[in-house]
Amino acid sequence: MKTAEQLEQIRQATLARINLRKATSNSVVEVVQDNRAHVMICAGTGCTSSNSEAIIKEFNDKIVFHGLEERITIVKCGCLGLCAQGPVVIIYPENCLYKTVKVSDVVDIVEQHLLRGKKVGRIFGGNLNDVASETEISKFFSKQLRIALRNCGLINPESIDEYIAFDGYKALAKALFTMSPAKVIEEVFASGLRGRGGSGFPTGKKWSFAASSADSDKFVLCNADEGDPGAFMDRSVLEGDPHALIEAMIIAGYAICAHEGYVYVRIEYPIALERLNIALEQARNYGLLGDNIMGSGFSFNLSVRLGAGAFVCGEETALIASIEGGRGMPRPRPPFPAIQGLWKKPTLINNVETFANIPNIVLRGSSWYSSFGTEKSRGTKVFAVGGKINNTGLVEIPMGTTLREVIYDIGGGIPNGKAFKAAQTGGPSGGCIPAALLDTPMDYDSLIAIGSMMGSGGLIVMDEDTCMVDIAKFFLEFTVEESCGKCPPCRIGIKRMLEILERITSGEGQPGDIEKLQELAEVIKSTALCGLGQTAPNPVLSTLRYFRHEYEEHITMKKCAAKVCKKLIKYRIAADLCKSCGLCAKFCPVGAISGDRKTGHIINTHKCVRCGVCTGKCPMQAIGIS
Amino acid sequence: MMNKVTIEIDGKKLSVPAHYSLLQAAGSAGIQIPTLCYLKGVNEIGACRMCIVEVRGVRGFQTACVYPVADGMVVQTNTDAVRTARKNVLQLILSTHCQDCLTCEKAGGCKLQDYCYEYDVDTSAYNGKNNEYIIDDSNPFYYRDNNKCIVCQRCVAVCSVLQCTAAIGLVDRGFNTFIGADNDKKISESKCVSCGNCVSNCPVGALTPKKKVKFREWEVKATRTICPYCGVGCELFLRVKGNTVVDVVPANGPANNGMLCVKGKFGYDFINHPDRLTQPLIRKNGVLETSSWSEALALIAEKIKGVKQINGADALAGLSSARVTNEENYLFQKLFRAVIGTNNVDHCARLCHASTVAGLATTLGSGAMTNSIEEVTGADVIFVTGSNTTETHPVIGAKIKQAQNRGAKLIVAEPRKIELAETADVFLQIRPGTNVALFNGMMNIILTENLQNARFIAERTENFAELEEIVKNYPPERVAEICGIDTAKLREAAIMYASANNAAIYYAMGVTQHSTGTQGVMAISNLALLCGQLGKECSGVNPLRGQNNVQGACDMGALPGDFPGYQKVVNPEVVAKFEQAWGTKLSSAPGLTVTEMLNAASSGKIKFMYIMGENPMVSDPDTTHVAQSLKALDFLVVQDIFLTETAALADVVLPAAVYAEKDGTFTNTERRVQKIRPAVLPPGAAKTDYRILLELMNVLDYPATYADASEIMDEIALLTPIYAGINYHRLEQKGLQWPCPDKQHKGTKVLHIDGFSRGKGLFVPAEYIPSRELPDAEYPLLLTTGRNLYHYHTRSMTGRVDGLNALSPASYIEINPVTAERIGVSDGELVRVQSRRGQIETTVRITDIIEQDIVFMPFHFAIGSANVLTNSAVDPTAKIPEYKVCAVRIKKK
Repeated sequence: MKTAEQLEQIRQATLARINLRKATSNSVVEVVQDNRAHVMICAGTGCTSSNSEAIIKEFNDKIVFHGLEERITIVKCGCLGLCAQGPVVIIYPENCLYKTVKVSDVVDIVEQHLLRGKKVGRIFGGNLNDVASETEISKFFSKQLRIALRNCGLINPESIDEYIAFDGYKALAKALFTMSPAKVIEEVFASGLRGRGGSGFPTGKKWSFAASSADSDKFVLCNADEGDPGAFMDRSVLEGDPHALIEAMIIAGYAICAHEGYVYVRIEYPIALERLNIALEQARNYGLLGDNIMGSGFSFNLSVRLGAGAFVCGEETALIASIEGGRGMPRPRPPFPAIQGLWKKPTLINNVETFANIPNIVLRGSSWYSSFGTEKSRGTKVFAVGGKINNTGLVEIPMGTTLREVIYDIGGGIPNGKAFKAAQTGGPSGGCIPAALLDTPMDYDSLIAIGSMMGSGGLIVMDEDTCMVDIAKFFLEFTVEESCGKCPPCRIGIKRMLEILERITSGEGQPGDIEKLQELAEVIKSTALCGLGQTAPNPVLSTLRYFRHEYEEHITMKKCAAKVCKKLIKYRIAADLCKSCGLCAKFCPVGAISGDRKTGHIINTHKCVRCGVCTGKCPMQAIGIS
Repeated sequence: MMNKVTIEIDGKKLSVPAHYSLLQAAGSAGIQIPTLCYLKGVNEIGACRMCIVEVRGVRGFQTACVYPVADGMVVQTNTDAVRTARKNVLQLILSTHCQDCLTCEKAGGCKLQDYCYEYDVDTSAYNGKNNEYIIDDSNPFYYRDNNKCIVCQRCVAVCSVLQCTAAIGLVDRGFNTFIGADNDKKISESKCVSCGNCVSNCPVGALTPKKKVKFREWEVKATRTICPYCGVGCELFLRVKGNTVVDVVPANGPANNGMLCVKGKFGYDFINHPDRLTQPLIRKNGVLETSSWSEALALIAEKIKGVKQINGADALAGLSSARVTNEENYLFQKLFRAVIGTNNVDHCARLCHASTVAGLATTLGSGAMTNSIEEVTGADVIFVTGSNTTETHPVIGAKIKQAQNRGAKLIVAEPRKIELAETADVFLQIRPGTNVALFNGMMNIILTENLQNARFIAERTENFAELEEIVKNYPPERVAEICGIDTAKLREAAIMYASANNAAIYYAMGVTQHSTGTQGVMAISNLALLCGQLGKECSGVNPLRGQNNVQGACDMGALPGDFPGYQKVVNPEVVAKFEQAWGTKLSSAPGLTVTEMLNAASSGKIKFMYIMGENPMVSDPDTTHVAQSLKALDFLVVQDIFLTETAALADVVLPAAVYAEKDGTFTNTERRVQKIRPAVLPPGAAKTDYRILLELMNVLDYPATYADASEIMDEIALLTPIYAGINYHRLEQKGLQWPCPDKQHKGTKVLHIDGFSRGKGLFVPAEYIPSRELPDAEYPLLLTTGRNLYHYHTRSMTGRVDGLNALSPASYIEINPVTAERIGVSDGELVRVQSRRGQIETTVRITDIIEQDIVFMPFHFAIGSANVLTNSAVDPTAKIPEYKVCAVRIKKK
């Protein structure tokens, strides 16, 4: 590609082919008349793991069988966010969504929907553009605003043409041909975009620091080492819209005068990696990466560096050490990477989601972007919602949306009618938000104010059956495992905190343990080397802040109200309910249950390992925890 | 002008360089900040969190070791908050630390112990679980006890940044992080070269030497002195308990910057070894029997007088020593020249760098390393040839690797794929003995590519036309054929060298020990002159001298043609000067070299030999001939520290003191004269060599009245222009590099800056001549010899260190797998190796670092000695023997 005009030609040619995916209700008629349809099948990691690849194959087979190749296009696409309902299939132009599709459903979709225009009722989830209806699907989408995820689910991530069709690389052309590097930074700065990796540092400011160095060698890095338990925002962008990242990084290179970049991806993301590599190859072939991009005179090279999946490598200086070939360990800052980063050269480093916002900011302008969100937190944020919630999946919301809206409107509430207890944001670095604070707006500063943090977007919902001491212990186990071992506060301190929690949850807590935890937490916060260590005590501190009574109960009464901590619970068979069927005894893995038809069954609590198998087996629900 | 900033630390206003860290700034004001992991320039990682301070306006604590100063910064290093935080960190560290302080070898020298005391940290804070590690005792010299490790990473940094071996690193992560060899191997199975620099830098008891003598930190006193092994001249501290050297730690000397190698660090057991000679011995009825000093000296004096009277002074000859001090070498040659009256004095420099002394004196005017060790790390291109630097000069080898890590390019031309070759940018695996062709070929390419430094050639050299004429005959294809290398690689090397800003050549015996050694040296000189790589920093022609004081022994005139300072015996003015100073008539006929002396002994011309601190029975070529020559003598005196193979043949054996027992100076390979200091007393009746020599001079009625070694140096300075500015007072700090012409002169780091010692640099080109003895049908293999890391010279010292013997126990021969298969020998097999001069038995070591039909043996071992096989053919100019090439065959036993 030697000019921007060539880009426009590709855009128009491809758009004509795929514009039916953006069909409004007015244009539907027109498009439907020529009977064309696109079948989008989610091929993100979630749907792939529930067999979407086989579904794609089945669709292709059936299309060939019916000779529909001309009319029907099968497209594998990125994640729409409805992971709980996957595999998901969408049919355009009708915007019809099918959920939990099985291979055996394909024949019906083809023969009834595609051939006869009849929806397959048993798997129909709703129409995507049908905002007015009160379906689960419309509730899930209506409060979302997809900027970073704009193309996820809408294009084939392995097709650069489809990306270009929906204005891909148009922002790059705009930057290269109509904006000075300083103007690009100004625009990013004015947009109010803040780092989506968790720190919330103003992106434009970061860019201007990196730009201000006169060094001729600079680097642009993308942090795609997403490591929070349960978080997959960045993975979804890479899987669903990899060119958005590439385009953004080239723009960043142009803005700070860097000519080389690396995407640091964990090897645990095989699909993301494959699509990113395909995208890089396509961009290089199109002359959008490499020397003299679109004839602008600007050159930029981008390649992938693999990480082994260490949580700490998401810390920027550890990530840099890892790219340099060293062990992924953070180093103290200053100097900050913008001054001295990769190979001691000025380095700009942002995460995937941050970059994914850039093309739209450049293309539509900072004021468009800053019109979303709150005053200090502009734009949108992607969350990976998991735990005890109906619509487990990926959502992108305008900053300032309340936690309640996310959980109850978008997320569909708590399963089985249980009560909401708390939500954890910021993963192992963040904190919990109790029910009383459900109306907290999700933005950087509000979350900090209540002792949690935005983090990179992990959102774990906990219901009434959750023990908060156990949750704190879970996150500490994670950080103990993931600590790089460089500094004593993190290497030893978190372990010592975990040991106290282990004592408390096994009924050996002592008076003074809470104070010891708090003291250690303060030591670690103030003396650990990097953000991982400094924030590692947060889950303990925030659970202590909102659920201190649970700790006290564990310590003084040796009681776990949520009945989670195994050493503090006992399984008991209610004699009045027990019909002595013997199923429990049959399935008990340790032979702790004895009895016969005459006497009924009892559990030997010394032998019992509290696995809970018996409870599930008892047809009378006679086995409970006390 | 250095950029400075003003900052305030603990209320003190300071002006410090802008590149300083807070720790450096505080240190410059005498404000101590505690550190555990910090090692200046090596490990500045902010890991241990002990150096935390408060910086006004910055949230939280900052680590002073890495925090850069900035103008107007206000810092508090010792607030209550800081002290409490440090105490908390110490409590955490201590909670994982094995607290066997009562029995810990490090007690008293442990930084963790000191800080716990200072910060009132006791053991009660946490009762958590700890990892339990098995102590790794697989290295013969040290223990790694990870139960005491605080994961400060100093050892890791020392191993990777300083020593550049990178044998150890962090293993596992989080609470389970520990330090170990790659893949959690034992140290003995890793790349570890036992340099012990990690042990020297461990702040706690995790790395401790395996002590022969137990000692407490407070029981020992340390004496700063110079290592007695190779020519690098590393400064070290001997730690002494009673009269026993019990430990060695590196000093931050100018040559070694806090590093040592395995021999320097751990090879000290010979000092207090029971085998030491403690009494003079006289051969009576064929047996060496204990005698008194007076009897021994009287007998020697009587023999000297007798031989001189009957056969003339030139029937006596002496071998001085590259092992003893300058002062002792000076006295030895004075004994022979002034008291006995002959110039028959030489020493083993004849066998290592005689060709350098001859060659560089001809082309440049001075036969020594042109540049300094500290410049190694600054070069852009380093060309190593004929030197297995990481084994023979390990600290310089490490610095070459440091230079590589800083981006320098490395060219290696060697017959074996040595350690440096593995990471070299260009490796030329040349056939032994083809150096002259190689250098001519490089120059041919440089001239063809027009990469020579025309201005330098025009202004600072002469005889360029002849060079062009000869080099013309060495097109790359021909040279590649001769050397057995690839033409493209040869071209790459030549262009890389010629295109560099600063290119430095380091070479050693692979160049000098040939019958064309002098031409080889001069060819190197030609190459450097051609590219103008002389007379400036980080470049030059740098012969690496093999022994602690081989440079000094040459400087002191332990050479048959030279008075001290290379003042020529054949120059009547020089002779007159020394006659006046020494008050006696002197011979103006150059004496015999080592090789000539032995021939003269065997033919009966030399009747008496005095050998001080040398062991020709192992070190000289063609051992059979050496033995026969020494046995032919009427009288042989050997002065040494052990009853060496040579001393065993002597009529009188004199017990001498080792370096650790005496005062004096050594001159290292970079011409640096450095002070050595006594740490212990000599055993029994052993005396320092200078004491023995001056007593003998007195017995011979020549008045020698030096009160101590410093007075000898004063006399040296008086008579030796290049040493004129040197006295002991001036040497106290970090020595002086000659030439040092007057008492105000600061010494000379780089030679030939303003002009060459001889005026202009002289091109002396030479044709390639093949080695004297090449493989043929009868002796089909080419044997080349050298050293290995773990032994020194003839093992009289290292052979008495158990750990070194454990690492390298016996003689071996390296054979390429293909050759081995052809001969039908397998790894570890005992074979017979034969040359035209003798045969030995040795063990096969199969390795692909050596090419087919070429075999390598270290010369250290008296049993299975390589020098039984080597050829005593010599270079006609320098009389250096051709150790590096001879023909052998291997027979199965």
